[in-house]
Amino acid sequence: MKQHFDAIVVGAGPAGCACGLTLAKSGLSTLIVERGKFAGAKNMWGGVFYGPLFHQLFPDFWEEAPVERYILHHRISFLTADAALSADFFSSKFGRKPYNSFSLLRAKFDRWFADKAQQAGAIVASGLQADDLLWDGSRIVGIKAGGDELPANVVVACDGVNSILAEKAGLRKRLLPQDMKQGVKEVIQIPRQMLEQRFNLSGDEGVAWEFIGSFTKGIPGGAFIYTNKDSLSIGIVVQLSALIKNKIEANDLLEEFKEHPEVARYLSEGELVEYSAHLIPTSGRAKMPELFADGFLVAGDAAAFCLVTGLNLEGSNLAMASGMAAAEAVIQAKKKEDFSKKSLSSYSHFLKQSLVLKDLETFRKAPKFLENPRIYNVYPGLACDMAEKIFTNDGRPKKKIWKQLKRSMKGNVSLLQIASDLYNIKKAL
Amino acid sequence: MNPKKIEDKLAVNKFDVDQEVHIRIKEDICCQCKELDCLYACPAGCFTVFEDHITFSFEGCLECGSCRIVCEKEAIDWTLPRAGFGICYLYG
Ligand SMILES: Cc1cc2nc3c(=O)[nH]c(=O)nc-3n(C[C@H](O)[C@H](O)[C@H](O)COP(=O)(O)OP(=O)(O)OC[C@H]3O[C@@H](n4cnc5c(N)ncnc54)[C@H](O)[C@@H]3O)c2cc1C
Ligand code: SF4
Ligand code: SF4
Repeated sequence: MKQHFDAIVVGAGPAGCACGLTLAKSGLSTLIVERGKFAGAKNMWGGVFYGPLFHQLFPDFWEEAPVERYILHHRISFLTADAALSADFFSSKFGRKPYNSFSLLRAKFDRWFADKAQQAGAIVASGLQADDLLWDGSRIVGIKAGGDELPANVVVACDGVNSILAEKAGLRKRLLPQDMKQGVKEVIQIPRQMLEQRFNLSGDEGVAWEFIGSFTKGIPGGAFIYTNKDSLSIGIVVQLSALIKNKIEANDLLEEFKEHPEVARYLSEGELVEYSAHLIPTSGRAKMPELFADGFLVAGDAAAFCLVTGLNLEGSNLAMASGMAAAEAVIQAKKKEDFSKKSLSSYSHFLKQSLVLKDLETFRKAPKFLENPRIYNVYPGLACDMAEKIFTNDGRPKKKIWKQLKRSMKGNVSLLQIASDLYNIKKAL
Repeated sequence: MNPKKIEDKLAVNKFDVDQEVHIRIKEDICCQCKELDCLYACPAGCFTVFEDHITFSFEGCLECGSCRIVCEKEAIDWTLPRAGFGICYLYG
């Protein structure tokens, strides 16, 4: 007879691994199915991984997990076509255990995380794809995968931003381009010593560097460079709806970014080893699908739990936290042997207790605010223009800074617009 | 080497290309389409204009889902490649 599982978790990304691990630790029979040849084979991201939550799950995980570098410097730059204004934040705290964040590569990390779930007692079936749901009337009672029917009390959909299962369960409406950002990234290999010299790093220190500016041609979004051990993750993240509206391809923007003089010098002699792309659900709380049905829960990117504040992008922690909250709801349901929608609705309660909903609530106005085109095509230019005027000595007497600012603003932005944008920053961030 | 064109970039990736096509476009709808949103949305250049109409090749697909979302005419039959096939990231 076929095994009947307490829970089938679909997807072995951060949401699915955290969910499956929590379930297995509580002694529930758990199957995690992953469509990639191995966990991580289908996944890409920036990415900076914020550690404190994970440290609670796996104390001192950095000793064992395949992390690349701990982030010691957070840098942000505003770019115009040929200039850059940068700020670098360094804290020696970031260099001490338990470290604040790490750069890491998903193909390695997800695989490690899935192994951990397996060691905790979950069965991880890689190379298996959930094609459909199994129904008993209006109840979901398992999945169809690889031509087989796999029954379970609960299915937890952790199948990412394109979640086919949330759609099949009827919990989610059609996704729209304005609710998505597209991320396109290259991994560029650079000999370790050269990389450390260029970025002024020693040992396992790393840099997370974000960029906003003219290279996105007014399209909401930005770019990043994160240092790995002997490679750079370099990419851009841009609003999908604006790409099609402006008839621009993300790869062209990425190339423009890579050619910027401030950027290009870090890439020279590097070798491309991978080109990847992925969507990010960026509408925040406003576009979240319904989260549960009879015998069914949704977590992670599939539930649009992703936090974008403009300065950072935090999806993996929210994915893990929601995966764990979903697991708690299933564990409660198992105690009552009641897997109805009503019983599983304790998921909301566990979400509220975790950081997921709190953070999404705090930044609920950020997605709208970040659509403001002035952030991308006016302010970076203004900042660079001012810096240029302050630092340039052309042999003529200098003008008052205020006068220079007014001149730079002319035709680009009014005082009233700046005031309104500042007010909105306060509200959104 | 640091290529600029999408096709050259895709050449460094690891793909296990299936015989089975996982995404199809409805050519009768596409040939009427003026927007061609898929052309700009696809990060893998899977859509190209050939003699005035859109053609699609699935081989370099990165499985991102952008085309499915942008095509308002729902002319794209979008599925995932069979398990084990398609893009296989080694870095990610
Ligand atoms: C360009 C980019 C940069 C990012 N940068 C950061 C960052 O710096 N920091 C951060 O915290 N977050 C970042 N994120 C967001 C983060 O990657 C996601 O929020 C996070 O991966 C979501 O985890 P998940 O488990 O919900 O989904 P995913 O990681 O997408 O995992 C879904 C899993 O389900 C599997 N799957 C899908 N369908 C099926 C099926 N039918 N059957 C079986 N398996 C299936 C997939 O193969 C995959 O393994 C970034 C995202 C992008 C795209
Ligand atoms: S796929 Fe959609 S957007 Fe692309 S040509 Fe066909 S109808 Fe137009
Ligand atoms: S899923 Fe993404 S990569 Fe594949 S054809 Fe569609 S847009 Fe292109």
